[in-house]
Amino acid sequence: MFRIYLDHNATTPPSAATVDRMSAVLREEFGNPSSVHHFGQRAKAAMDEARSQVAALLCADPSEIVFTGSGTEGDNIAIRGVAEALEVAGRKHLIASSIEHEAVLNTVKALARRGWRTTLLPVDASGIVSPDDLQKALADDTALVSIMHANNEIGTVQPIAELAKLARERRAIFHTDAVQTAGKIPIDVKALGVDLLSISAHKFYGPKGVGALWIRRGVRLNPALTGGKQERGRRSGTENVAGIVGMGVAAREALAKMAAEQSRLAALRDTLESLILSRVPGTARNGVAEPRVANTTNISFDRVEAESLLIALDLEGIAVSTGSACSSGTLEPSHVLKAMGLPAHRTQNSIRFSLGAANTDADIERVVAVLPGIVEKLRSLTRSPVGSRR
Amino acid sequence: MRIVVAMSGGVDSSVAAALLAEQGHDVIGLSMQLYDQSGTQSFGSCCTLDDLHDARRVASARGFPHYIVNFERQFTDTVISNFVSEYTSGRTPIPCAHCNSDLKFATLLDRARGLGSDNLATGHYARVEQAADGRFLLRRSLDPDKDQSYFLFSLTQDQLARAVFPVGTLSKPEVRAEAHRLGLMVADKADSQEICFVPNGDYATFVESRAATVRPGSIVNERGEQLAAHAGVHRFTIGQRKGLGVAAQTPLYVLKIDADSGDVMVGPRSALDRATFTASGVNWISREGSAAWIPATAQIRHRHRPASGRVRALDDGRAEFEFDEPQPAVTPGQAAVFYDDDVVIGGGWID
Repeated sequence: MFRIYLDHNATTPPSAATVDRMSAVLREEFGNPSSVHHFGQRAKAAMDEARSQVAALLCADPSEIVFTGSGTEGDNIAIRGVAEALEVAGRKHLIASSIEHEAVLNTVKALARRGWRTTLLPVDASGIVSPDDLQKALADDTALVSIMHANNEIGTVQPIAELAKLARERRAIFHTDAVQTAGKIPIDVKALGVDLLSISAHKFYGPKGVGALWIRRGVRLNPALTGGKQERGRRSGTENVAGIVGMGVAAREALAKMAAEQSRLAALRDTLESLILSRVPGTARNGVAEPRVANTTNISFDRVEAESLLIALDLEGIAVSTGSACSSGTLEPSHVLKAMGLPAHRTQNSIRFSLGAANTDADIERVVAVLPGIVEKLRSLTRSPVGSRR
Repeated sequence: MRIVVAMSGGVDSSVAAALLAEQGHDVIGLSMQLYDQSGTQSFGSCCTLDDLHDARRVASARGFPHYIVNFERQFTDTVISNFVSEYTSGRTPIPCAHCNSDLKFATLLDRARGLGSDNLATGHYARVEQAADGRFLLRRSLDPDKDQSYFLFSLTQDQLARAVFPVGTLSKPEVRAEAHRLGLMVADKADSQEICFVPNGDYATFVESRAATVRPGSIVNERGEQLAAHAGVHRFTIGQRKGLGVAAQTPLYVLKIDADSGDVMVGPRSALDRATFTASGVNWISREGSAAWIPATAQIRHRHRPASGRVRALDDGRAEFEFDEPQPAVTPGQAAVFYDDDVVIGGGWID
């Protein structure tokens, strides 16, 4: 079956150059980067190059890049590390937005159970965090503010520079989960004014199992893992050299292609979005059109369970998603759409389309050709409210 | 032909799906997630996370697609809420029957139809056949020991027309043999026991955790004299002998539960027998309900050897049954299913 992949916010296929370079590293540069000898030095050199490449993607200094095992790990190291480091100073308040990825939300909630005071900032139907709300929430004991750069479900980009400035004024540390923006929009950590920024390689055509956390020089945080003091003591454990090198290649490619590729994707995405909204009755876009990452659109379909629509599309060879899938792979009502104040039926009726490198006009045409029929069929079989029968 | 198979992760539905796939059907496996799997609140014995993964692995090994659908809300709204309210009103519910007719062959069947499958296959031990007059008949499995037609009595004609039971003509040992032949990793998996969402069998605690209120009251004898206090009518079922908290020279059994007064009446074994009973919400399958008496056997609980007698339809979707020989422990809330040999005539919920 000819398959169309429209779930790039979940993961992307590693680029050919990434795979080739990783394969070579696995075969030939197997040394432990901590080793003194030739083998170790070669691995270390490969990693150094990757560190520079990833730093370039973020306009950062390579010495401020810590490689992690995932975006989730970066979020955890940042939030837990800062919370624990500032606890002794009596700062026990954490702020996050209510539309954060689970990696941030559940970390903040875990700290709340251990005694931290937490505030989750609301969003309105635009899906954008209001600086006024942050201003009101900031307190003298606020240790950390964590607000994502772009939302994974609806793609809206948050006014990070403005938010970070407010946090800095109150001497709170600012972390942003930039997993959905790295490689998609230009990131300049200094212009953003943040203290910590986490990214993940597999969202921009790199391998899974590797991410990076940028830590502004001078920010104190307790190490998440203790051991051989790799990554300047921030993250002990022998480095995933091949993964890190792959991330470097992917970062280099993303940076080189960014402007052209993102305007191409924006045009494709806008075509897809407008055709769905015009050809399928009872549809609406969730969140504002701008500012948004170029590849993402999230659309609700009245009277259609997103779960059924997703499966029906998959059986037609079209891969999309709803919000976040839980451990068993089932779909939960989206906490993001819920936080945006959308009614219950829309939180369960929404589909995310996230485009990427391989997508073409033909893909969009195919989706728009099959979608109306599928939606109509599902609507014709929608049962009256559950529980009405004995 | 495309067909959706409801897969629990057990051997029966796995074999059902694998057999259909082997026959060349375009099989899609769907597994229902029925309760919170996040870890802390997991309480199931069937359709747990492990079972869902087993279903996925079977589908993957046999090369057909599989999806997990989240029916937590629907399961709570239909099956669990009914289970709790039945117990708190002094009745003994049978959630599997509700799950079959109100969830599997309702919401899940609708999902299947949305995916282009007119029918829904399950791993039930029962058979569906179309009679000469066009009616769809529900018959017992060829393995009387595993027969599940009792739990399927509430399927309507439309539901039966869309039901496919690939293992209904097989015995359990044959199903396991098929599982081995097909190389299914669930071939030797233990059968699920009890009610799936109360794996430890402690219904009382489950009901108490879910019910808004429970009805405490008295244990009384047949003359209405109080023998003891009890913590709630949901803790009792007709014919129950243990856990009454009453000392007596001869064994006492629960004869009657009155949720309004809170009285649980107990008495000797001989007082348990009933010669007749009525049932509500009757679903007639092999024929329309007849106001005239027709001979039938009645099965009044899952593990009950059907007893002979006669049945007739009453008004308001009810039925009356007269046993040839009185039967013990006719229990309100349980299903009474009427058979003509191995064909289900119909069934309802005991009043």
